[in-house]
Amino acid sequence: MVALIAIPLLTLACVPLVAWAVRRRPWTAPWLAVLPAALFLLVLTLPDGAAFRLAWIPSLGVELSFRLDGLSRLFALLITGIGAGVFLYAASYLSGHALLHRFLATLTLFMAAMLGAVLADDLVLLFVFWELTSLASFLLIGFDAHRSEARSAAQQGLMVTVAGGLAMLAGVLLLGRAAGSFSISEILAQGGGLADHPLAPWIVVLIAAGCFAKSAQWPLHFWLPNAMAAPTPVSAYLHSATMVKLGVYLLARLNPPFQDMALWQGLLVGAGAATMLAGAVLALRERDLKRKLAWSTVVALGTLVTLIGIEDPLAATAAVVFLLVHALYKASLFLIAGIVDKKAGTRDAMQLRGLRRLMPLTTAAALLAGLSMAGAPGFIGSLAKDLLFTVHVGLPGLLPSVALVVNAAMVVVAGVVATRPFLGAPMETEKAVQDPSMAMLAAPLVLGALGLLLGMAPQLVDHTIIEPAAAAILGRPTGISLGEKQGGALVLAMSLGALALGALVFLGWQRLQPVLAGQRWLDAYGPDAGYGRGMRALAAGAVALTRRVQGGSLRRYLAASLVLVFGGAGLLLAARGGLALPAPGLWATPAQLALAAVIAAGALAACRIRALFGQVMAAGLVGFGVGILFLTLGAADLAFTQFTVEILAIVLLVAVLARLPFHALDARRPGERRRDAALALGVGAVGTAILLAVLSVPFEPAIQDWMGQAAVPEAKGRNVVNVVIVDFRALDTLGEIAVLLIAALSAAVLLRRAGKPA
Amino acid sequence: METLLALLFGLLLAAACYLLLARSLPRVIIGLLLLGNAANLAIIAAGRVAGTAPPLVERGAQALAAGASNPLPQALVLTAIVISFALTAFVMVLAWATWRSEATLDPEALRRAEPAALPSTDKQEAAEAEARP
Repeated sequence: MVALIAIPLLTLACVPLVAWAVRRRPWTAPWLAVLPAALFLLVLTLPDGAAFRLAWIPSLGVELSFRLDGLSRLFALLITGIGAGVFLYAASYLSGHALLHRFLATLTLFMAAMLGAVLADDLVLLFVFWELTSLASFLLIGFDAHRSEARSAAQQGLMVTVAGGLAMLAGVLLLGRAAGSFSISEILAQGGGLADHPLAPWIVVLIAAGCFAKSAQWPLHFWLPNAMAAPTPVSAYLHSATMVKLGVYLLARLNPPFQDMALWQGLLVGAGAATMLAGAVLALRERDLKRKLAWSTVVALGTLVTLIGIEDPLAATAAVVFLLVHALYKASLFLIAGIVDKKAGTRDAMQLRGLRRLMPLTTAAALLAGLSMAGAPGFIGSLAKDLLFTVHVGLPGLLPSVALVVNAAMVVVAGVVATRPFLGAPMETEKAVQDPSMAMLAAPLVLGALGLLLGMAPQLVDHTIIEPAAAAILGRPTGISLGEKQGGALVLAMSLGALALGALVFLGWQRLQPVLAGQRWLDAYGPDAGYGRGMRALAAGAVALTRRVQGGSLRRYLAASLVLVFGGAGLLLAARGGLALPAPGLWATPAQLALAAVIAAGALAACRIRALFGQVMAAGLVGFGVGILFLTLGAADLAFTQFTVEILAIVLLVAVLARLPFHALDARRPGERRRDAALALGVGAVGTAILLAVLSVPFEPAIQDWMGQAAVPEAKGRNVVNVVIVDFRALDTLGEIAVLLIAALSAAVLLRRAGKPA
Repeated sequence: METLLALLFGLLLAAACYLLLARSLPRVIIGLLLLGNAANLAIIAAGRVAGTAPPLVERGAQALAAGASNPLPQALVLTAIVISFALTAFVMVLAWATWRSEATLDPEALRRAEPAALPSTDKQEAAEAEARP
C-alpha cells in the first residue's frame, strides 16, 4: 500500500510548497483545505490492515513501516477532517496577516507529523513524528513571537513535552529490547507475555511519563492552558482535537500487552482521575473562554486515560466514543470562541452577553456543540456519557462519584462557554458584532451538526469506526453495539443527576467563580509556579556553576588543568601499579652531578629571586647548564644549538624587559605562593614518577640501530643527527621552519600594532 | 644517569609550574623557558643513555660504533629547542603588547574576554514571570 507512506511524506513535501504559494498568491490560502479533505477521503477508503514496510536503518532494526487499523483510522480521520475545517477557518481568521504563509506551512508540517505518528508501525518512527509534532506545536504557540507571553508558553510546552518525549524514548528502546522488535504489530502479536518481562515496569513507567506529558495529565497539565497563547485555530486543532490526544493514542496502542498489569492500570486510572478532578476545579475557576476550554480539555484527556486504564470492553468502547465526541464539540467550541473573541473583542465570559441576535448562526453552532458537550439527550455526547457512567458504576471507591462531579462540571463549562455569551441583554461593543463569513462558520456548524447526526444515528459509525478502534485498544473484538441501550436505572439517574447538578451550578457560576478565583494558593503552589521556580533555579544554578568553573581567572584554569591532568595521571599510575624504578645503567660522573646541582640551583633561584634581571640570569644558568649536560651526554649538536638559542632568548628577554616596568613583581600573596608551590611540587613528583615508569620499560633499539646503519649507505652522511634532521625526518624540520616563520610573522604584526599609539 | 635526568626533569617541571602560576607575565615567560628545558631532558632520558660518544660514523666505517649516543632523541630535541625558542619569542612580544594595551602584567587583571562579574539573568527572568497574568 504505497498510499500509506505517501500520506505523511507527501504532506511533508507540501510544506515548502504551501509557504511559497500562500506568500506569492494569498488567495490560495482557503484552497489549502482541499489537501486534508482529499486525505480524509483517502483514509476513509483504504482497507483495514493496509501496511507498507521499507528498510530504513536495518542495522538497528528500524523500519519505515506504516499500518492502518481501526485506531489509526479514527485518528487519521480526525486529523484530516478537523484539519480541513481548521485550514479553511485559519485562512479567514488570519487573512491579511504578514506571516500567514508561515502559519499555514507550519500547520501543514504539523498535520504531516501527526499523520505519520498515528500511521507509523515502528516505535522509533513513531517517536520521530511524535517529536516533530512537539516542534510544530512550539512554533505555533509562539507564532505571535512579539508577545513574551507567547514565547514563554511555547518554551514551556516544548520543555514539558520534549522532556516527556525523552522518557518515552527510553521506554521505547527498552520495549524494543524486551520484545526483540520495534514493529508495533509484532509487539502486539506477542500478547500479554511482555507484561511478565523483568523490564516491563520500567517500560510502563517511562512510556506513560511521555504520554502523560504530551496529553497534559496531572501534574504535567499546566502547559496546556498556557498554550492558549497560540492563535485560536491552533488551540482548536493541536491543543484540543489532535496533538494532545497523541499520548492517549500511544497508551491505547500499547494497551493490549500491558492491560492486565496492576501498575499500568493503577498509573492510568490514578493519573487520569487526578487530572479530571484538577481540570474540573480549574475550569470552573477560569473566566477566559479559551483557557476555560483548555481546562475542560484537560478533564477530557484525564477521562480518556482513565478509560484506557480500565480493563473492560465497555471502557474501550466508551473511550473511543468519548474521543470522537470530544474532538467534534471541543474543536467547534474553540473555533466559536475565536469568532466571539474576534468579533466582540473579548474572551471574558463575565463580560460577554446577549450576542444571539447579532450572530444567530454562531449561536446555533455554539448550541449544537454545547449540548453535545453537556450530554443532552439526542446528541452523541449523551451516548458517550451513558457509556462513561455504565463503566464507572461498576468501579470501586470514589471513582463513580468523581465521574459524576466531573461531568457536572463539564455541564457548567458547556453552559458558560456555549450559552452565556449569547443569552441576556446585548452587551456594549466597540464595533458592530455580526456573524463571520461562511469560511469561518463552516467548521463549527458542520462539527456541531455531526454531533447531532451521530447521536441520532450512531449506526453510521458503529461498526465502521467505533468497533474497530475499540477492538484495537482491547486487543480483541468488543462485541458491543452502540444500538443497544447501555446501563440501567442507576446510569440514567447518574446522567440526569450530572445534568441537574451542572445546571444548578451554572446558574450560580457568576457568584461561584470569584470565590474560586480568589483561592490564590492554587496559583502559588501549583505545578505552573513550580515550573517557573524550577526554571529560575536552573538559570541561577547555571550562573553559579559558570561563575565557579569559569570565573575568568587564568591562574585558576591553569591550576585546575594541572590538578586534573597530573592528579589523574598520578592516581592512575599508583592504582595500576605503574610505579617503578629503572634498572641502573651508566653512573653519572662527578661532573654531571655538579652540573645537575647547578641546574637545580638555577631553577630554585628563578623561583626565589624577586628582581627581574636576577630571574633572567637564573634562567640562563639553567639553560647553559642543560647545554653543557648535553655535551657530556655526547650530544654536541644539541649543546651548540642550545647555547645559541639561550643567548638569543636572553638578549630578547632583556630587550623586552627593558620596556616593561621593573616594579611588576609577582602579586601573589604568601598563602597563594605556598599553595602554588605545593601544587608545583606535586606536579614535579608525578612527572618524575611517570618518566621513571617510562624508563623502567625495556628499551627497543631497532630504530636507533637502523639509523646508525643506514646513515652512511643511504643518506651519505656521517653525522647521524644531521642525517635525521635533513633526511630521515626532513618533514619534521620543514614543520619546524614553518613554526619559526609563523612565530616571527606574528611577532612582527604584534610589534607593529602595539607600537602605534592607541 | 637516567634516574638523575628524571629527578632533574621533575625539579624543572615543578619550578616551571610555580612560575607559570605567578601573577606576573615576565615570570610566566621564564616558566615557559624552564618548561622547554624540562621537556628536552625528558626526551633525552627516554632515548636512554647507553653511551656518551657523539653519534658520528667513523671515517671508513659504514655504521655507528657501539657506545655512541642515541641520535633520534637528539634530532627531536634539536627541533624542540628551536620551536620552544620561537614560542618564547612570540610570547615575549605578546607580553609587551599586552602591557601596551592593558597597562598591567598581572594575569588576574586580564579580564577582557571574561569579566569578573557576569550579568545576572535570574532577575530578568523573575520580572518576566511576574509580568505574566
